[in-house]
Amino acid sequence: MGWVNAIIQGVLTGGLYALFACGLSLMFGVMKVVNLAHGDLAVVAGYVAIGVITVTHIPVLWSFLIVVPLMALLGYVLQRTIIQGALDRSVLITLLVTFGLSVVIENGLLQFFSANSRAIGTGLSLVSGSFTLGSQIQIGYLLVVIFAVAVVVLLGLQYFLSRSRYGRLIRAVADDREAAQLAGADYRHVFGIAAALAFGTVALAGIAYGMYSQLSPTTGTDTILLFAFAAVVIGGLGSLWGTLLGGVVLGVAQQIGAQINISDEVLAGYIVFLAVLVLRPQGLISRRAQS
Amino acid sequence: MSLVSETTARPAAGFRVARSRRNVAWTGAAALIVVVVLAFFPYIVYSGTTTIVVQAFIVLTMASMWNLLAGYAGLVSVGQQAFVGLGAYFVLILALHGISPFAVLPVAAIGCGVVALPLWWLVSRLRSGYFAIATWVLAATIMLIIEKFSSIGGGTGMPLPGLAGLSPALLTAYTYWAGLAVTVVALAAVYLLLRGRLGLVLTAIRDDEVAARSSGARVGLARLLVFVVAGAGCGAAGALLAISQLQVQPGAVFSVQWTAEMAFVTIIGGLGTIEGPILGTAVYMVLQQTLASYNAWYLIILGLVAIAVALFARRGLWGLVDEHLHVRLFPVGYWLRRDGERPRGLRRPAKPREQRPG
Repeated sequence: MGWVNAIIQGVLTGGLYALFACGLSLMFGVMKVVNLAHGDLAVVAGYVAIGVITVTHIPVLWSFLIVVPLMALLGYVLQRTIIQGALDRSVLITLLVTFGLSVVIENGLLQFFSANSRAIGTGLSLVSGSFTLGSQIQIGYLLVVIFAVAVVVLLGLQYFLSRSRYGRLIRAVADDREAAQLAGADYRHVFGIAAALAFGTVALAGIAYGMYSQLSPTTGTDTILLFAFAAVVIGGLGSLWGTLLGGVVLGVAQQIGAQINISDEVLAGYIVFLAVLVLRPQGLISRRAQS
Repeated sequence: MSLVSETTARPAAGFRVARSRRNVAWTGAAALIVVVVLAFFPYIVYSGTTTIVVQAFIVLTMASMWNLLAGYAGLVSVGQQAFVGLGAYFVLILALHGISPFAVLPVAAIGCGVVALPLWWLVSRLRSGYFAIATWVLAATIMLIIEKFSSIGGGTGMPLPGLAGLSPALLTAYTYWAGLAVTVVALAAVYLLLRGRLGLVLTAIRDDEVAARSSGARVGLARLLVFVVAGAGCGAAGALLAISQLQVQPGAVFSVQWTAEMAFVTIIGGLGTIEGPILGTAVYMVLQQTLASYNAWYLIILGLVAIAVALFARRGLWGLVDEHLHVRLFPVGYWLRRDGERPRGLRRPAKPREQRPG
């Protein structure tokens, strides 16, 4: 029974990891930017949510309405200034600049908010409650909600990219920037929109993780960024549904690892990641196989 | 196996390719004097000062290796802390078996170079950003594996044995000399590598990878060589770190902060120049010493400066020096000269070379 439980929990945490990963995947797919500050920005979103909730006493769910647009705006601004500036120079500079941002944000959080971890207290019975399946399997409502949110976000992204006007622009610019520019698209603005979308998902991921577990300044890199990356690589670069599958595989691997030895949770996930890297470097669902 | 499968390039008639000799002789002499003066430091300064200089040696060695990776081979590794940690653990494990930590230093470096081979195989197919995070995941994985062995301290680490017999003064002096030796060997290795075939191949890759491949440069082999050397160098720095701290703690030696420091030091000093990390280390030490009582602030400021330098002064501080004074302490490039023209040391290459990612 323990194994079945582990797999169910793993699948559900996979939704959370897919939420971590989709912003990373989107920014790479569109701008060829690997944002090394991805995880730290998620932690920033979580901290902002905690701040907003403590100051204004609004219900937790309302904080999403404030923090997600705020982060999206930050994404647009960062993309149009620092990240675009770095992109204009070279991919190498982009990496160096986002890595610099990551270290600065992480140490800034450490300096201002100490190394203590903090959770986003929801006070909602829906969030802290759980239901039981059979006699031993206990499933938290929160994880189910997060999984559902991840699926909705992925579906929404998919729909946005394939159907909407901006989605078409984003795909056009990602496919051939010069041709899109000749057709009148301002690629910088389009990149900004894509970054805003990615940062919106980053905010969702940060707040969701803060509700599910605890946020500390180092969570951004040692959990969010690395798990997001592992999910992207396992699933296959550039495929949104591959990202969900990658998140689920990572989550299941971690839960099975934890089942074997409680301290091996993270290690088991990484070992599966390395195995995929060696045996199937294009990921479980590769873009080439799809088309 | 040679780095270049066949050589077809010849300078056009009427030109010849030369390296300024005079410059090298002068800098060689100056470097020798600097090293000799540094070697006498333990006799003339307080042990507090030598401890700080050892820290600078560690940072300089790491930064030179990172510079080789990112500045010359276009490999942005965010996982060099893997080798720092492994170097420290090589020292700890062999010290637990009764071997003197100082004797282990070269073993740790070679060991890390050997470990770099399978790791390269894992990450070599990834490019730029994905290479960066994959090395980071590798470092995290190696730390998690090492933490599983309780005989070497598990998750909490343990003090380094084998040095208790030395008097404190002697220990500081030995550590200092070991640090000096590691740094000199590391810098000399980087210089000689870049002066030789490898430097040429790397420059070719940086300027145009496809063109380099089609003219016979073995791109993969050149990158492998750089990754192994950088692994060995960071391993030596990690071994030195273990000796200077007298304890090995997995969270500390495998911290991504090491890679942050190497990257910032290199970017600020000047990516893709041998002089850059030296200048960057000086800036680092000044910041770190003045802001020592403000916890992580030195790293925040260093990071902000590095971002600004990466965006607005790509060639770093050394680039500024070079622009105004036209000097190269470690000339690894070549000048193209007309026949009969006298070599002049104070000539710059026609155009600052573009950094290209791998």
